[in-house]
Amino acid sequence: MTRLLGAVWVALAVALGMPALAAESSWTLEAMTPNLTDKPSLQNGLKLYANYCLGCHSLKFQRYERTADDLGAPHDIVMENVVFTGQKIGSLMTTAMPEEEAKGWFGAAPPDLTMVARVRGVDWLYTYLKTFYIDPTRPFGVNNKVFDNVGMPHVMMELQGTQREVCKGYEPLDIVHGEALIGAPRAPQCLLEVEAGTGIYDEKEFNAAVYDLVNFLYYVGEPTRLERERIGAYVLAFLAVLFVFAFLLNREYWKGIR
Amino acid sequence: MNASPVNKQRRYFLIGATAAVGGVGMVGAAVPFVQAWLPSARARAMGAPIRVDIAKLRPGEILGPIPAWRGQPVFIVYRAEATLAKLRGATGALADPDSENEAMQPEYARNAWRSRRPEIGVYLGLCTHLGCSPKYYGEVRPETFDANWQGGFFCPCHGSRFDLAGRVVKSVPAPDNLPVPPHFFESDNVVVIGQDGAAA
Amino acid sequence: MAEATVKRPGRWTRFMAWLDARLPVTETVEYHATKYYAPKNFNFWYYFGVLAMVVLVIQLLSGIWLTMSYVPSGAGAFASVEYIMRDVEFGWLIRYMHSTGASAFFLVVYLHMFRALAYGSYRAPRELLWLIGMAIYLALMAEGFFGYVLTWGNMSFWAAQVIVSLAGAIPIVGPDLMEWVRGDYGMSEITLNRFFALHVVAVPLALVGLVFLHIVALHHVGSNNPDGIDIKQQKDADGVPVDGIPFHPYYTVHDLQATVVFLFLFCVVLFYAPEMYGYFIEKPNFEEANPLKTPEHIAPVWYYTPFYAMLRATTFPLFGLSAKFWGLVVMAGAILIPAILPWLDRSPVRSIRYKGAWSKLMLGLLVASFVALGYLGTIPPSPGATVAAQLLTIVYFAYFLLMPWYSRIERVKPEPERVTR
Repeated sequence: MTRLLGAVWVALAVALGMPALAAESSWTLEAMTPNLTDKPSLQNGLKLYANYCLGCHSLKFQRYERTADDLGAPHDIVMENVVFTGQKIGSLMTTAMPEEEAKGWFGAAPPDLTMVARVRGVDWLYTYLKTFYIDPTRPFGVNNKVFDNVGMPHVMMELQGTQREVCKGYEPLDIVHGEALIGAPRAPQCLLEVEAGTGIYDEKEFNAAVYDLVNFLYYVGEPTRLERERIGAYVLAFLAVLFVFAFLLNREYWKGIR
Repeated sequence: MNASPVNKQRRYFLIGATAAVGGVGMVGAAVPFVQAWLPSARARAMGAPIRVDIAKLRPGEILGPIPAWRGQPVFIVYRAEATLAKLRGATGALADPDSENEAMQPEYARNAWRSRRPEIGVYLGLCTHLGCSPKYYGEVRPETFDANWQGGFFCPCHGSRFDLAGRVVKSVPAPDNLPVPPHFFESDNVVVIGQDGAAA
Repeated sequence: MAEATVKRPGRWTRFMAWLDARLPVTETVEYHATKYYAPKNFNFWYYFGVLAMVVLVIQLLSGIWLTMSYVPSGAGAFASVEYIMRDVEFGWLIRYMHSTGASAFFLVVYLHMFRALAYGSYRAPRELLWLIGMAIYLALMAEGFFGYVLTWGNMSFWAAQVIVSLAGAIPIVGPDLMEWVRGDYGMSEITLNRFFALHVVAVPLALVGLVFLHIVALHHVGSNNPDGIDIKQQKDADGVPVDGIPFHPYYTVHDLQATVVFLFLFCVVLFYAPEMYGYFIEKPNFEEANPLKTPEHIAPVWYYTPFYAMLRATTFPLFGLSAKFWGLVVMAGAILIPAILPWLDRSPVRSIRYKGAWSKLMLGLLVASFVALGYLGTIPPSPGATVAAQLLTIVYFAYFLLMPWYSRIERVKPEPERVTR
């Protein structure tokens, strides 16, 4: 049996040692760690979502009531600030925008974002929301670094300010020692820079706002996540206890055999 | 099979203990499956309180079309002055004239008219016998099911009869009065069904 | 029993006598449990049959409950899955149970099959037991596929599109067959509806029936063991195999212990990694099916990927037939070829313990190629990966097709008379 197991491990090692061949995006995604226990962040995310996103992007599988309860937001405040007229607290978070008209404005209906964090991942969302930049060739005057030729405006531009792409000519790629190496490969260094004073938020505040928004989307992607992890702990603890008895019972029967 | 003596007591203990813990596990595992049959968030959202405009309701009429709360018919009847007096009077033929079964109405509807506002009666339109929806026979006139009919509800399924306050007549299959759902008057002409309201 | 002759039988005994006269309860329990003598040297690999039964029960229960809230319509399927995940009380738990269970099922079945390969459990007199097992495996693959489509996510949709298109590779009837399977000119609600019927009624019925037959056949011929020897050759005075031990209570307590360990691992995944990083539930499946947009990288769930890799590795036409057709042949062949194992193995011994170096090497290569192909099936195709998959496909088939030769010529060790540890 040990030898058989050994063969399996060797096989696994062969398989896992094979080179990964995944394609990489050119813009490095910024890492973002969501925190579902940070209720103020989630509430702020909901507020931002209601103000900047919900007009076009529905969360049609999620209900206002559940969102309010999970985030610890009082129903009356959510009713007043988030829920569209004519909807109830128990309603699904749909948009008021008619799909056909939306197609006319944007070329395609804005997608529902309930599970966007599960499809794209939080790092992508976080980076995406931060990397809109001015591009006059695009219909909405902006483009995006991780979603090239994106078909939506930069809705949070008033918060972030005007961001432009700035290329600083050719810099040596290897700047480890702080000096340009002659003959070292060179590439244009393009950065995104926000024009000072054009946004309501400074960089830190804007980053925090985007964090909250993505944190909220992460929550909406799987609202039961915290409950799942909480119940899981009890179930595993129970099974550990059950194992003790099952183990002793098995040992009791088998101790005389062989 | 083997020579070593079997400690029966220890075996029984371990069998019992494992079975007990395992049984607890079975019950625990059953919980989500049982809970999954409770009304879902969608059912609860669809069963949310409803607002009904009763401006067009006239004395002697029942509101039509019949509104639905939690997918069940709700009877909203406007009783004329004369009817109200009658409801207060002859109660001898009724099974529970004084609404003694507390489960059938909120406290504020425990009165002679079984209503918050004497003239407006709000009842869940499902017979307490087996859940058919009774029909409204509002006029005082001889009916095929009762030559001395004083107005009320008649259930076509099994012949149960209720008066205009939803009170069940004696010796019919239905055991209880028609339930009064929680409700309150948001304004003179708007009744909210499904909520007791602040003044409950 | 000696007591019964002196005392009047008690209530329980009388009740059982009444019952046994009408229904073979005691007889059945004795035949399948208390007097079913299993070899006492079962090891780790012998847990997976019982664990497969445990998973079957999990899948049946959670599946029945999911059916209560699932809507098999083009417009409603995807939304109903999210309805289960969000609105139904504990719906998320039941759904994750089912999605984790699907992967667990294949995992334990693959390990169960590996055990059979290693210890020669497919060999006479267990050929039919093995064939029934293969039928279970095929039914399981069909069940997994149909169920995967039901969520109507974008990956589900396109995976179904690809798999159904495989039928199109069959010469002459292919295109018509595809249309017949789908019931439409493309994947649609009509297809979804029939897959639903197959997933929740037809295939489970077949599965349960086959599992029943599998157990009946097993208990008829008796269990194999890691030494691959027949324990019925050595019986004591009562006719009980000396190396046998009653299944109940010995293996029931043994399997109970293993089941608890399995459930623990199962729950770790269920509660802490139900998506298994995209291997159990893929990211594109959180987007609704879109007939106009294929996901960027399309791959089946992990348990099909070894065969999918072989399908993709078949890139050349042969004998005037297209590569697409041969891909189907290779894939179908790879899935079905284990069925003829009982007639390929010419070794004088059953168990890998006593087989020679060739058998050990080939089995090791088989496992390695299967795992490596499984990995290759999950990644986007590339020239290097295709060549690797082609080589591995040859290795996979070599295990089976060369077996009549290497199992006969190699030097084997003598089998023991009695089971060893």
